[in-house]
Amino acid sequence: MGAVTLQNIRKTYEKGTVLAVDDVSFTVEPGELFGLIGPDGAGKTSIFRILTTLLLADSGTATVDGHDVRKDYRAIRSTVGYMPGKFSLYQDLTVEENLSFFATLFETTIAANYDLIKEIYEQIEPFKTRRAGQLSGGMKQKLALCCALIHKPTVLFLDEPTTGVDAVSRKEFWDMLGRLKQQGITILVSTPYMDEATRCERIALMQSGKILSIDTPANIIKAYPGKLYAVKADAMHPLLHHLRAYPAARSSYAFGEFVHVAFWDDQADDDEALRQYLAGKKHTGIVIKPITPSIEDRFIDLMTAAPANAHATATR
Amino acid sequence: MKQLLVFIRKEFYHVFRDRRTLLILFGLPTVQILLFGFALSSEVKDINIAVVDFARDNASQQLISKLQGSTRFRLQRAVLSYPEMETAFRRNTIKAALVFPANFNVDLLHTGHGQLQIIADASDPNTATTITNYLTAIIGDYQQELNQAAGPLPYQIIPETRMLYNPDMNGSLNFIPGVLALVLMIVCTTLTSVAIVREKELGTMEVLLVSPFRPLLVLIAKAVPYLVLSLLDFTLILLLSVFVLDVAVRGSVLLLYLETTVFIIACLSLGLLISNVTSTQQMAMLLSMMGMMLPTLLFTGYMFPLENLPVFLRWAPNVVPAHWYYLIVKAVMLKGLGFGAIWKETLILAGMSVALLGISLRNFNIRLA
Amino acid sequence: MQPPPASAQAIVCHELTKQFGDFRAVDKITLSVAQGEIFGFLGANGAGKTTAMRMLCGLSYPSAGQATVAGFDVYRQQEKIKQNIGYMSQKFSLYENLTILENIEFFGGIYGLSNQQLRAKSEELITTLGLHKEAKKLVGSLPLGWKQKLAFSVAIIHEPKIVFLDEPTGGVDPVTRRQFWDLIYAAADRGITNFVTTHYMDEAEYCNRVSIMVDGRVEALDSPANLKLQYHADSMDEVFYQLARGAQRGE
Repeated sequence: MGAVTLQNIRKTYEKGTVLAVDDVSFTVEPGELFGLIGPDGAGKTSIFRILTTLLLADSGTATVDGHDVRKDYRAIRSTVGYMPGKFSLYQDLTVEENLSFFATLFETTIAANYDLIKEIYEQIEPFKTRRAGQLSGGMKQKLALCCALIHKPTVLFLDEPTTGVDAVSRKEFWDMLGRLKQQGITILVSTPYMDEATRCERIALMQSGKILSIDTPANIIKAYPGKLYAVKADAMHPLLHHLRAYPAARSSYAFGEFVHVAFWDDQADDDEALRQYLAGKKHTGIVIKPITPSIEDRFIDLMTAAPANAHATATR
Repeated sequence: MKQLLVFIRKEFYHVFRDRRTLLILFGLPTVQILLFGFALSSEVKDINIAVVDFARDNASQQLISKLQGSTRFRLQRAVLSYPEMETAFRRNTIKAALVFPANFNVDLLHTGHGQLQIIADASDPNTATTITNYLTAIIGDYQQELNQAAGPLPYQIIPETRMLYNPDMNGSLNFIPGVLALVLMIVCTTLTSVAIVREKELGTMEVLLVSPFRPLLVLIAKAVPYLVLSLLDFTLILLLSVFVLDVAVRGSVLLLYLETTVFIIACLSLGLLISNVTSTQQMAMLLSMMGMMLPTLLFTGYMFPLENLPVFLRWAPNVVPAHWYYLIVKAVMLKGLGFGAIWKETLILAGMSVALLGISLRNFNIRLA
Repeated sequence: MQPPPASAQAIVCHELTKQFGDFRAVDKITLSVAQGEIFGFLGANGAGKTTAMRMLCGLSYPSAGQATVAGFDVYRQQEKIKQNIGYMSQKFSLYENLTILENIEFFGGIYGLSNQQLRAKSEELITTLGLHKEAKKLVGSLPLGWKQKLAFSVAIIHEPKIVFLDEPTGGVDPVTRRQFWDLIYAAADRGITNFVTTHYMDEAEYCNRVSIMVDGRVEALDSPANLKLQYHADSMDEVFYQLARGAQRGE
């Protein structure tokens, strides 16, 4: 029995006209760190709200800790921890007041589960008499996590905890999640940042309410069809134009300082042919190297391959 | 139980840490009561009055010249008949009229009693009261002069006052029950709904729902502080009325508190209902202002006499809880009546409270949508 | 990537400072951005990016230092600055309850485009974005990525000298994010200067030059390639991490 199960969950808004979650099924094992990866509007928040019993699905079934989200919502509410996407603390209460309020709400005390939050709370303890509204983004995020953890939940739901947070705080946050996992808590986390996917044990790539792929990050990367090349030249912008006009290339898109290029059917001399093509276009400083695809490469590949995604067709 | 207490304490933190809420809670009633209080005792000057002199005798001429000597009044040309006077009132060219009956002087000299009529436009009750007071004072002066000149047999001039348009003088002291209804409405309905919707906006409502705390208790925890605060406000207004404006509470204070609690429950239920159907603080504010305060101002009868309502709106006051509360407070506080006189109003108000509470609880969503 | 010829400077600032009471939000920043350059303006939360950007957009007065934007002084010519820049942020961009066409007409109208220009511009814009079928739909019904692309196109509808982009691609899917950068490149090719903030470090690589703010100061300013060299890092992510890790303050 999984810690969290979803079966054929479907959710619409606006009287059925907006499809948010489209026939989604997956299982999260106890103690797993599971990521829902996808852009805004992929349906991540809807799934979290269905699992935390805040919304009812149109159809399908789901359980958390073996409890049905529809019938046994009270049982779920007393065991899970939830951090919504919006900053969800009382701005006019101090750090300590926030924490003790949520502890009482969950019929526990700060002292009872202090060992669980100790490491995180120690970082914000110097500011415990400061009002939550005056904390920095990273500290707010830590306090919200402490509040969600204070009753030692069996399953922790974190909806986009790193959105709008700078790269340094994001790294720290994922380090904290790794350590929480050691305590045996099942963690579901969602994020629009593809580079965070590798921090999870398993991930579901989501787009427009559908799951594009679900597996371990390594397997998802392994499933990338064919070889991928990183290409660089002195004039990057013209390079991108020329690569898009190159008939053998299945897709070409900017990726950091490189352009990533995938081919229709892989040949041994793909890179050499490309080098000649680019030299013919008078490019200098050409670098072409085979690379291991990242989650983002796989996501782009899946997105452009899926014909359902009408508005995601341009990266050829 | 401990959870509920902690929750209620948190609500009080929110209130006491927000200067704007505090201002609405305690500044608003104080300002309202004092403003109305000042308006009540405002100086009256250069008031247009007409004299309808059927007597045309010595005494009437003497009194008229005394009036002309006063800076408070500006005497319009003496009108000759009632119809002329009524036209003047309707055109708003005069605020009051003094009517001398045909045999004023003769009656006064022979019987020692003279009758006079003061007619005032009471659509502005405060001014009407002040005008009649001044007129009565001038007549009193004249009577005293007569008595000093005359022998031992005292003359007595009896002015009879008639209030046009608003015979019950709704509005003079009635602003106190009116302000009570308005302030309680703001505190209970507006502040309560905003307090709940704020949690929705902040995202904390999601966390509250995903906790073992029962959703209904969230509502109770939100309602209790505002119940306490509005009773505090009620006490504040009573104290201000008694000690600043010298308006005594004639009936039972306990009865007043009980009736107020019934009204507060109606207001709180309305607040909860509004918070159920809105998701932003602005919307909640707008809805409670437009939907609740406007009817309170228009239909309780303390700002505008209900007799002046157009026929198709005559039913409206009956469905506004504040109207019934206003009638109850007026009866108990200003007229000193007991429960026997207001049981009907109480029953209607209680019925409304129960109905509203029922609707808002039934509509409360244990989920987000 | 080749930086464009340093013929004209779109933004020049010298020791620009903003002080709020005891708190120095922006601490003597000095930088210049060339006309047509794509400039990445990076920093941790609370480093002072937003405050600096507000001063450059003519929305708030600096406490000290000098700056000119599009050749106009930030103290004396704020109105001139506003006429010559475009602005787009992740939060506010377009009116959700107006249609695409109505939004274009409204913002074009604000910037004083004639009816004829407006017609030509909206036709061009809708064609570039492939929005013919959606032109009469409410903006609120569009996917986020489309909204952001549209918002960018509207922000430069009056062909400003500089466009300020505040986290324009937050939460946008990876494919649309790249289409968005195509629009930025196209604007830069036409000579529009792009001043961009972002939390995606791969996007920092798309910029001609990048500055990284830490605690109100510009700690690094160079091309991504040079910065990686200087900090012995493989990616901009690492460069950013090395610099911002030492930050003392949050937002």
